[in-house]
Amino acid sequence: MIWNEKIECMDPEDLKNLQAERLAETIRYVYDNNKLYRSRMDVAGLSPQDIRRMEDLKKFPFTTKEDLRDSYPFDMFSVPMDQISEIHVSSGTTGNPTVVGYTRADIELWSEVMARVLGCAGARPGDMIQIAYGYGLFTGGLGFHYGAQKMGLAIIPTSSGQTKRQLKIMNDFRPRVIGCTPSYMLYMVDEARELGMDLRNSSWEVGIFGAEPWSNSMRDEIEQIWNLQATDIYGLSEMIGPGVAQECCHKDGLHIFSDVFFPEIIDPLTGKEVLPGEKGELVITTFTKKGIPLLRYRTRDIVSINYEKCACGRTSPRISKIMGRTDDMIIVRGINVFPSQIEHVLLSIEGTQPHYQLIVDRRSGELDELEVQVEVDGKIFSDEIKKLRVLEEKIHREIESVLGVMVKVKLVEPRTIARSEGKATRVIDKRTI
Amino acid sequence: MKIRQVSVFLENRKGRLYEVCSLLGENNISIRALNVAESDDFGILRMVLDKPEDAEGLLREHNFTANFTDIVAVEVEDRPGGLAEILRVLSENDVNVEYMYGFVEKNEDKALLVFRFEKPDEAIACLAENKIRIVGRQDIIGL
Repeated sequence: MIWNEKIECMDPEDLKNLQAERLAETIRYVYDNNKLYRSRMDVAGLSPQDIRRMEDLKKFPFTTKEDLRDSYPFDMFSVPMDQISEIHVSSGTTGNPTVVGYTRADIELWSEVMARVLGCAGARPGDMIQIAYGYGLFTGGLGFHYGAQKMGLAIIPTSSGQTKRQLKIMNDFRPRVIGCTPSYMLYMVDEARELGMDLRNSSWEVGIFGAEPWSNSMRDEIEQIWNLQATDIYGLSEMIGPGVAQECCHKDGLHIFSDVFFPEIIDPLTGKEVLPGEKGELVITTFTKKGIPLLRYRTRDIVSINYEKCACGRTSPRISKIMGRTDDMIIVRGINVFPSQIEHVLLSIEGTQPHYQLIVDRRSGELDELEVQVEVDGKIFSDEIKKLRVLEEKIHREIESVLGVMVKVKLVEPRTIARSEGKATRVIDKRTI
Repeated sequence: MKIRQVSVFLENRKGRLYEVCSLLGENNISIRALNVAESDDFGILRMVLDKPEDAEGLLREHNFTANFTDIVAVEVEDRPGGLAEILRVLSENDVNVEYMYGFVEKNEDKALLVFRFEKPDEAIACLAENKIRIVGRQDIIGL
């Protein structure tokens, strides 16, 4: 179903006018309420009156993840704390995580875009949904929750993990909709077979999978095994969490809700806009968001965009599946991992050098595995096994607590970690996505 | 009285032990005693060498992680109960042994053992007091 037909199928000219109107409001709002944007506009000699058409947006500098990190924890908030209703946290590139705050109105907006997601994927009011995304600081679980409430679904908030219980609930309650990471969907296969379940007769008919990159071949596998419609969702906590874009039943790109998340696709090196269909970095400006409105935010995700009307009737532009990143971030089990976080941990442990490498692998039917290889140099080496084991354990514990994802730590000989042009290759991704 | 032991970090990888030994052999450094301690994915090769100083630069040049520790080599009667006698002395005097291993060769009818003590100086005093013979560096080179 189309949740908000008026907006989602709006005439392109009308949509442009709506966007221009909202842009002007947004600029006025950030100028009045956000210290960083106000000073940037003052420096650039821009005043809110200068912004009349969508083209004027290009006069603004980009906003980056670093801007958010530097304003840790609350400096990017455009409202006082007494108007904040909810706070979520995601990992940052170094040290400080990224903190996002939602007003009541933002939560309402989140509910609205997630209701559109659910409709776009094939859910209908009255359906039962199993939400197997993590609930907590991660935006996945609660984002789905709000959208499902808005649409009027029966929610089973299983959160992530506890596979046997997930399967029993599916089997006994018969939910029609499932939301989880695509790799978890495959991970559940073995367990379900062990329990003697008939996978093609599962109650799930609609799957909304995201929080990590996945391919069309993975989609085929999931659809084949579970006999359901597997759709891709896109989002990032800086924008709102899940709910930025979603595939419809035609699975030909993700509809980006451009009345709220205005997309530009740029060449990451020059910052110039690329043509529709060409690969580039997705840059988003938020409209009507109050807690953390962002102008021209660099997502670091590589996509292409298609402005043609979709067969489903929606006029909102479609972005491709994520084709890569402009930085070295990797996503492991739905968690963002930056190599610099590991570097930070190693530097904080006395004696250890930041010589390390990350190996990510995904064996068929298994969850992603992250191995951190740490070079042992003369400073930390000991002739006693127990001392090295204690060190290994300490590195292990601290990395897991910083990343929030399970890792394997392996001590390796120095200089075995391949260096290319003097710069270490930090990540070896063996996953076939 | 103390002897320098050379320890080398080894990944659990095929041929790694061979590489260290052949490097030492090619450079005419002789291994007098040797022991490998292993964990799941790495090992520590500990050696008593005739020329530990030469080995230091050589190993570093070849990108091995190595370090040096003081160990104590002790002469043990090569008969039943010979080692037990020494361990009894150490135990009665509260001297902690981190690990120990034997020499490849013998000194007449005496066996040679390497001890890594938590506190080597206290251990040496204790052994000397109990008339247990400690072997010096010269003795080892001469083996």
